[in-house]
Amino acid sequence: MTAPQARTSDKPNPGLEREHALDLLRQMVRIRRFEEKCVELYSAGKIRGFLHLYIGEEAVAVGAMQALEPGDAVVATYREHGHALVRGIPAEKIMAELYGKQEGCSGGRGGSMHLFDAATRFYGGNAIVGGGLPLAVGLALADKLQQRSRVTACFFGEGAVAEGEFHESMNLAALWRLPVLFCCENNLYAMGTALKRSESEVDLCLKATSYEMPAWPVDGMDVALCEAAARRAALAVRSGEGPCFLEFRTYRFRAHSMYDPQLYRTKAEIAEWEKRDPINLFEARLQEQGIISSDEIAAIEAAVAGEIDKSVELAEAGTWEPIESLTRFVYSDRTRP
Amino acid sequence: MSAQAKTVRITYREAVREAIRDALQRDPRVFLMGEDVGRYGGCFAVTKGLLEEFGPERIRDTPLSESAFVGAGIGAAMGGMRPIVEIMTVNFSLLALDQIINNAATILYMSGGQFNIPLVIRMTTGAGRQLAAQHSHSLEGWYAHIPGIKVVAPATLEDARGMLWTALEDPDPVLIFEHGSLYNMEGDLAADAGPVDIDKAAVRRAGTDISLITYGGTLNNVLAAANTLAADGVSAEVVDLRTLRPLDTETILGSVARTHRAVIVDEGWRSGSISAEISARIMEGAFYELDAPVERVCTAEAPMPYAKHLEDAALPQAAHIVGCVRLMIGNDG
Amino acid sequence: MAEFRMPALGADMEAGTVAQWLVKPGDTVKRGDIVAIVETEKATIEVEVFETGVVEKIVVPEGEKVPVGAVLALIRSVSAAAPQPVPQPKPEAAPPSAAPVAAAPAPAAIQPPPAAEVIAAREAPPPIARPAAVARPPSTARGRWRISPLAMRTALELNVDLAGVKGSGLQGAITRGDVERAAKAKAAITPIPAETMAAPAAKPVAPEALKPTPPVRPAVSPAERRAMMRNAIATAMARSKREIPHYYLATQIDMSRMTQWLTAENLKRPVTERILYAAPLLKAVALAVHGFSEMNGFWADGSFKPSEAVHVGVAISLHQGGGLIAPAIHDVDRKKLDEIMANLRDLVARVRAGTLRSSEIADATITVTSLGEQGIETVFGIIYPPQVALVGFGKIVERPWAVNGKVGARPVMTGTLSADHRASDGHRGAMFLAAIERILQEPEKL
Repeated sequence: MTAPQARTSDKPNPGLEREHALDLLRQMVRIRRFEEKCVELYSAGKIRGFLHLYIGEEAVAVGAMQALEPGDAVVATYREHGHALVRGIPAEKIMAELYGKQEGCSGGRGGSMHLFDAATRFYGGNAIVGGGLPLAVGLALADKLQQRSRVTACFFGEGAVAEGEFHESMNLAALWRLPVLFCCENNLYAMGTALKRSESEVDLCLKATSYEMPAWPVDGMDVALCEAAARRAALAVRSGEGPCFLEFRTYRFRAHSMYDPQLYRTKAEIAEWEKRDPINLFEARLQEQGIISSDEIAAIEAAVAGEIDKSVELAEAGTWEPIESLTRFVYSDRTRP
Repeated sequence: MSAQAKTVRITYREAVREAIRDALQRDPRVFLMGEDVGRYGGCFAVTKGLLEEFGPERIRDTPLSESAFVGAGIGAAMGGMRPIVEIMTVNFSLLALDQIINNAATILYMSGGQFNIPLVIRMTTGAGRQLAAQHSHSLEGWYAHIPGIKVVAPATLEDARGMLWTALEDPDPVLIFEHGSLYNMEGDLAADAGPVDIDKAAVRRAGTDISLITYGGTLNNVLAAANTLAADGVSAEVVDLRTLRPLDTETILGSVARTHRAVIVDEGWRSGSISAEISARIMEGAFYELDAPVERVCTAEAPMPYAKHLEDAALPQAAHIVGCVRLMIGNDG
Repeated sequence: MAEFRMPALGADMEAGTVAQWLVKPGDTVKRGDIVAIVETEKATIEVEVFETGVVEKIVVPEGEKVPVGAVLALIRSVSAAAPQPVPQPKPEAAPPSAAPVAAAPAPAAIQPPPAAEVIAAREAPPPIARPAAVARPPSTARGRWRISPLAMRTALELNVDLAGVKGSGLQGAITRGDVERAAKAKAAITPIPAETMAAPAAKPVAPEALKPTPPVRPAVSPAERRAMMRNAIATAMARSKREIPHYYLATQIDMSRMTQWLTAENLKRPVTERILYAAPLLKAVALAVHGFSEMNGFWADGSFKPSEAVHVGVAISLHQGGGLIAPAIHDVDRKKLDEIMANLRDLVARVRAGTLRSSEIADATITVTSLGEQGIETVFGIIYPPQVALVGFGKIVERPWAVNGKVGARPVMTGTLSADHRASDGHRGAMFLAAIERILQEPEKL
C-alpha cells in the first residue's frame, strides 16, 4: 500500500491547511442548511415524494469526495443530496429537481432519490438498496478496459451489505481488480432495522476482506478522518491495486425519510450521537486551533444562506416540463450513437 | 435472393457466433461477458473459439452473479463500452431483474436524458428440450412490458446474423432472445449477410384468409401449420414479429386488414402475455376489420413438465394452430 | 287437456308477447308444429307445440304480453290410436301465413333464431386439442347475436338487414362472407352503394366513412328493427328512383282459364295442399323471362349482367309495424307449382318470424309484387336495385270482356311491368308482358 500523503494522514489532527479546512466546513454547512430548507419546503408542499435527509452524516460525503478528481465517477443512493452538492452539482439544479422542475439536474424526472449529472459524472441516486454497486463495477470495468486511471466511488448504506448484489459486486470488483472505492455509510439502521438485528456478523470490514479487498473503518463524524481515509484508499484504487472498502461509522439524526415515529431507537441514543455532530465537532476544533473565527463562521453561514435562498428562488421560477414530452427519454432521441 | 448471390450453409448457432465475431472485429469497445462464454465455449457452444481469437479481456467469463455482471454491463455501457452480456438462459435473467428493469430501463429517463445505456443482453429462451420448469421459460413477452428496453427475437438465420450489430448500434438497451431449439437450425445464408433492422415485423408468408402472428421459436411451427392449411385451401399469412418491443403495430394491423382474422401464436403463457397485448392492439386498431374474434395459441398455464408427451402437449404445436384456424374459419372458408 | 304455455326462450327471458297465432280453435296440431310467433326483448321467435291434438281454446290473444309459463292455449290431446281428425277447411282467401305450417315442415336449420339456441343446435365442430385454449364459455344463454365487427360494418355498408342473415362462422357468428352473400343479389331491402354493388368483395372503406350511418346493435329490438328496415327501404327506393330510369307498362289479362283450372285443380287436393294464384303467377313470370334475358339479372358496374338462373323475389309485407321484404324463391322456372307453393308458405311464415336465409334475401333476379289481396287493381312497383324489372299483379275482378264481338263478364287481372330503361326498351318490355299473359292462358302447362 502506498504511503498516504502527508496532508491526509489518518492521525486525529492532520494539520489541515486553513483554506481547505474552511472549505470542508462550508461544504458540511451547505448540506446541513440545504436539507433544513428542504424540510421546510417539504412541509410547505413544495417538495413531495420521499425525502431522505443526510443530516448528521455530512462529514462522510464531504470527506470522501475530497479524494476524487473531476474525471472520477460517483454512484450514490437515495440519500444523496449531500454527495451531489459536494460533487459540484449546483444547488439550484438540485433544488429545482426536488421541485420537479425542468431546470432540475434530472429534468424533473428523478426527484430527490435520482439526482444525475453528466458533467460531474454523477450516476445517480439509486433507490434500490444495493442496486448501485453493480453499476459502479461496470463503470470501473469500462475505465480499466480503456486504460483510464479513474476511480468510481460507490456510496451505499450498511443495509446494502445484506443484499446479494453487494456480495456479487464485491466479488466481481475484487476478482477483476477494478478501480471501485466502496464507501459504506454505516448509520446503524437500515430504515428501522438495526445492523445487529439484520447481520450475523456486524463487522462489515470483515465481509469485504473476505473478498481479498483492503477494508478499514473510519470515524464518520470526523470530516478530516473521512478525507484522510478516502484519500488513502482512492490512491490505492487509482494506482490499479483493485477496489477498496471503507466503512464510515456515522449516524442519521433525522428520520429515515422526513418523518417517522423513530420507534426503533431511543431519544437518548440520538442525543448521544448529536454530541458528536460533525459540523459542531469540526467548528469547535477549528476555533480551538485558532484556524477560524466566529465572524468567519457567520460569514460562511451567510454565504450558504444566500446560495440556498437563490436556489429556492430559481426553483420557484423554474418551468414545468410540458406534458407532451412525458415519454421523452424513454428511449434516446437519436436513433444511433 | 438473386441467382448469382453466394450463400453459405450455416446453423443458427454459427450465425450468432459470426455476428459476435463481426461485432468484436468492427468495434474495439465491444466485449462479451457471461457465464461460461470463454473457456467452456458457451453453454450452447455459441461462443466456441472466440476466447482463443479475442482473448480473456474481450471474452470474459463471469462468476454466477447475474445481477452483478448485468449491472456491470450497464455501468460499462455508461462508461463508454459496448458490452454484449450473455445470460445463459432467460431463467437466470430473473436474478438480474433489478438491474435490467430498475437500471437499464430507467436511467436514461431518470437522468433526464443524460445517460443512455448502449447495452446488448443476449439470452437463450424457450422450452421444447425436456428441461422442465426452471429451464423452459419464455419470458420475452414479459420483458416487452418494460418501457426503456427493446426486445428482439431472431427467428431466422438472417436475423440471428444481422440483429446483433444493429442492437449494438442502438443507443439504448436491447435484449436479444435466442430460442434454444433454433441453434441447430441449418440453412443457406447469403455469404455477405450483415446487419438487419430491428424495427419491423416481417411477413414470412403472404396469405389472404388469416393472419398467424408469431415470433422466435414458434415461427417454424407456424409456417408448418400454414403449409398444412394451404393444402386445405386456407391461405394463411405468417407475420414474424421479430421485435417485441417496440411492437410493429402497423405491420400487424396491415395484415389483419387483409385477412380479417388473426391467431397469435406465443410460447409464453396466455395470461398477461405479449399475445394479449397484440390482441388488444388488434382490437384497438382493427376492430372493424375483424371477421372473427382474435384467437391465441399459447403455452399451457402450468410450469413446464419434464415428460416429453406432456411438454409437447403444453407447447403450441403446428397441429394446435391448424385446429384453431379450422375452428375459426368454420364453414365460411 | 294440455296447456300450451309461454316458453322460456332464453335464460333472461321473463315474459313474451304473442305476436301472432298461426292456429285457431279447432285446428289440428301435432308435436313440433309452429303454432305461434312470440316476441321477446331480443327477438321474434317461432314457437312450437309439444302436444298432438286439437286446439281447444286460445287463452292469450295476439298482442298480449304474459310471463313465462303463462297458459297461452289449451290443446285437446288425441291418442295416437285415434283416427286422424279431418282437417278443418280453410277459407280460400286466408293468407298463406295463416295456413297451419303443415306445408313442408321447416328444416331444423331454420328453426327459431334466438342465438343461444341456434348456436346450441349448430353442429359443433370436431373437438381439436388446443392445449392452452381457455375453455370457451358455454354459449351464452342470453341469446346474444354473434356478428363479427367486420360483418357488422359490411352490413351497414351494404345495408343488409342482419335479422335475416344466418351465421356460418365460429359458434354461428355472422361473418363478412355471410353478409356479402346476403347482399350479393341485392334483395329488395338491401340496397347497396354502387361501388360495392359492383364488387361485393371490394375493400372495406375506412371506419370513418361509417360514422353517419346509424349504429346497429346485435340485439335489435322490434322497434329498432322496424326503424332499420324502414331506413333500408327508404335508401333502396330512393336510390332506385334516383338511378333507374323506369318505364311502366300495363295490360289486362283474362284470368278465366286460370280460374277454372285452379278451381278444378284445388278440388282434387286436400286443403293444406291447395294452390293459390301466387304460384302460377310466379311461374309465369319465371317462364316468360326465358325469352327476355334483359329482364332478369342485375345492373352493375355500368352494364347489365343477365342471370342464367331465375330467382323470383316475392314482395311480402310484414304484419307488425309495416315494412316489406322480397326474398327469393330459387329457380322458379324449374319448379312445379306445388313446390313453389310450399316454398311460398314457408317463406311467408319465416319472413314474419324473421328467420330468412341469407341466400333468400340476396339472390332475387326479378321481383313480383301483388297487392291483389288488398283489393288493389293496379300496382306499378319500384324496381329493387340492382334488379332491372318488377312485375306487378292486381286483384282479379269481374269485368265486362268482349270476345268475338260479344260482351261477357270475365275474371280479369291487371299485370304491370316496371323496367329499367338502361337494360331494356319499351318494345321488349311490352313483348315480355304479353308473354306473361300468353303463358297464363295455358295454366295446365304450368
